[in-house]
Amino acid sequence: MAARPNSLHSCARQRLRRLQKEERISFTLIEMARSLAGFLVLLLVISICEAASLFQPISDSHRSAALELFTSDHGSFKSLEETYEALRTFQILGIEKKPDVTAAACRSISETVGSSSTPKDLFYALKANSIAQCKIHEKASKGIISSLNAAVGGASLLLDFYYSVGGLVLIKDQSSKADIHLADAEGVFRSVKAFSQSDGRWRYSSNNPESSAFAAGIALETLAGIVSLASSELDQSLISTLKNDISKLFDGIEKYDDGTLYFDDKLVDGHEYQGPLSTTSSVLRGLTAFAAATTGNINLPGDKILGLAKFFLGIGVPGDAKDFFYQVDALACLESNRVSVPLILSLSSAVLSLDKKDSLKVRVTTVLGSNAPPLTVKLVGAFSSDSKDASLLESQELKFDQGSGLHILNDLPKSIDVGSYTFVFEVVLQEPEDEKVYVMESQTKVPIFVTGIVKIENSEISILDSDLGSVESQSKLDLGGKNAVSLSANHLQKLRLSFQLTTPRGRAFKPHQAFLKLRHESKVEHIFVVGNSGKQFEIVLNFLGLVEKFFYLSGKYDMELTVGDAAMENSLLVAIGHIELDLPEAPEKAPRPPPQLVDPYSRYGPKAEITHIFRSPEKRPPQELSLAFLGLTILPLLGFLIGLLRLGVNMKNFPTKPVPATFAVLFHVGIGAVLLLYVFFWLKLDLFQTLKAVGFLGVFLVFVGHRTLSHLAAASAKLKSA
Amino acid sequence: MAREKSSKDNAQALFHSLRSAYAATPVNLKIIDLYVGFAIFTALIQVVYMASVGSFPFNSFLSGVLSCVGTAVLAVCLRIQVNKENKEFKDLPPERAFADFVLCNLVLHLVIMNFLG
Repeated sequence: MAARPNSLHSCARQRLRRLQKEERISFTLIEMARSLAGFLVLLLVISICEAASLFQPISDSHRSAALELFTSDHGSFKSLEETYEALRTFQILGIEKKPDVTAAACRSISETVGSSSTPKDLFYALKANSIAQCKIHEKASKGIISSLNAAVGGASLLLDFYYSVGGLVLIKDQSSKADIHLADAEGVFRSVKAFSQSDGRWRYSSNNPESSAFAAGIALETLAGIVSLASSELDQSLISTLKNDISKLFDGIEKYDDGTLYFDDKLVDGHEYQGPLSTTSSVLRGLTAFAAATTGNINLPGDKILGLAKFFLGIGVPGDAKDFFYQVDALACLESNRVSVPLILSLSSAVLSLDKKDSLKVRVTTVLGSNAPPLTVKLVGAFSSDSKDASLLESQELKFDQGSGLHILNDLPKSIDVGSYTFVFEVVLQEPEDEKVYVMESQTKVPIFVTGIVKIENSEISILDSDLGSVESQSKLDLGGKNAVSLSANHLQKLRLSFQLTTPRGRAFKPHQAFLKLRHESKVEHIFVVGNSGKQFEIVLNFLGLVEKFFYLSGKYDMELTVGDAAMENSLLVAIGHIELDLPEAPEKAPRPPPQLVDPYSRYGPKAEITHIFRSPEKRPPQELSLAFLGLTILPLLGFLIGLLRLGVNMKNFPTKPVPATFAVLFHVGIGAVLLLYVFFWLKLDLFQTLKAVGFLGVFLVFVGHRTLSHLAAASAKLKSA
Repeated sequence: MAREKSSKDNAQALFHSLRSAYAATPVNLKIIDLYVGFAIFTALIQVVYMASVGSFPFNSFLSGVLSCVGTAVLAVCLRIQVNKENKEFKDLPPERAFADFVLCNLVLHLVIMNFLG
């Protein structure tokens, strides 16, 4: 439904061509009337080429969201700015002031006001005070006035002027003194005006060349404040140049496809960038403040104000407290201002049911949901979304119900059937003076969806013989209730299912979904689309051609019919019954059916437990055999000892003198000790302990052995020489 | 017939001459020979045992056999060095050779005990 700009041109071009053709006909009254009618059709159809959308004014969902977003820590917020934003939001939405919030606000206000604070803090404190209405001491207010006056005198940046002038305006309203004036109003005016640029945007300071629309809003508010604080009338030429600047600023307004308008600044520096919401809000605040402060009209086309209203309403409910404040503050500016107040047409429900006999209920309100002035709402046309033909109904007025404030159309005309439409409304204000104050869209296009119960009749299922076409078996179905048809067929036969769909108005209906599903016992499924001609829906399954598609699977197939549409209130998914299919055997190369879904628990579930099988220990010989061989091993030793005795081994060479004898004994003891150490090594010691011990014993043994053996050598040498 | 008889006689004569020649060797050499024989016999018994029951703790079998064979080899070395008829080792005192024999045996048996498992 939302068309792009080039299709607008193509729509207009087609219609223009038709219009030109009509213009060539000579002008008689009838032809004039025809061209006029054609022109009206052209207008209506051009309007259809733009998007149809629905905007809702502020409602209770906003109020509950505000209570959630603006949370305070025992009533106090993090800064004066946040305190002011929360108080202002609650004030606009009509939420009751909570006593702890007010008390905390008063505390922080009196703190700021009492001590010497910057103009920015004073500004926000006074702004919060205008809502909280706490009392300020005479002395404190005198101090504020003098410091703000000094600030105005010494200001050089746009924001300095904004805070100081704004603070003075606020204190003038709040304190008992009425004689607060700006000393040199015109001078201050000119110095603020110096920040303006030719394209309607403003700079923040004379040094910084960056300009923004946000700064423009701030500047307009400041200038409005200067005008209201001026003791004498300012030069009118200044005011009129400013009105020109405003027009130039609005020339640079940006647009979305759905017709909403907004202001945005170029993203230069992340810190300074405000975003379209706060920029547009700031511009609107400045514009309305300026309009309130000056006399005379600011000529802004009404559709610009409407575009801005749609921008703020199109956001819905923001999720951020700051965004919420910007939206609600801007809407409060739009609600009552001296430029023009936009009126919004909204519907309680955009979905109507033909069967429940829903009536079309329209409400026209201001952006904050307050009542509109007396007016009449006319439904001038209804267009079906798929065809761009002429309107389906004539222009008719909706009845106004005083009690509920709704404009109601009780019965939808017979030309409106189920489906989606675009309804075109026109609103006419009853009092002519209201037209200067309020502004409305010339024609509001609203998307409407109509639903109803679609009748399903004459449904039957039958098995036919393929060649002859004769009916073998036939049974009627009740698609609204339960069915349990049991059929059987072979591959030479056909299955036919047919039914009729009729809309509540008696026309043919083509639903979004009309499927027949056959599911085999092995869970293999096949889905077929049921085609139609007019009201009659029919599907014929020729099993001869489907044998390969069914993977040659014979057996019981469950049949299921799905008929569904968004406009159908009785969409259905019914099991019709089952059919026993007898198909021929699959040949060798036939495709196998796709693997069905495996129960995930069986595939990914726990597997069988594995018990570790340890290596079976080696077969050891029987203990008796091992002991026998141990005995056998001792035998050669015995043989050796016997042999030694046989040879006549003696100890005659053993030294007899005591010193060599001890050494000899120690030598043998040492060897014995080493061998004993080896036994211990095998039994329990480890290599390092053994090596350590062997080291010590070895050294001892070497020493002793050397002594003994050298003594023996000396003895044998003496014997030889002798 | 005559040749057989003569070969048999020859073998007997050879055997006798060997026996008498061996009787002439000094006693210390005979002790060393006895020791070598004892070591080899022990090794043989271990091999027979392994042949009958299988070589399961193979390291134990190896260490047992190699200890016998090793000590036999060291004893043979000792015999060579101590034999007075061996001109090569004329200047080596037999006590020194014996000391070497003892030391090498101790090292061999340390290794064997480590490998025994």
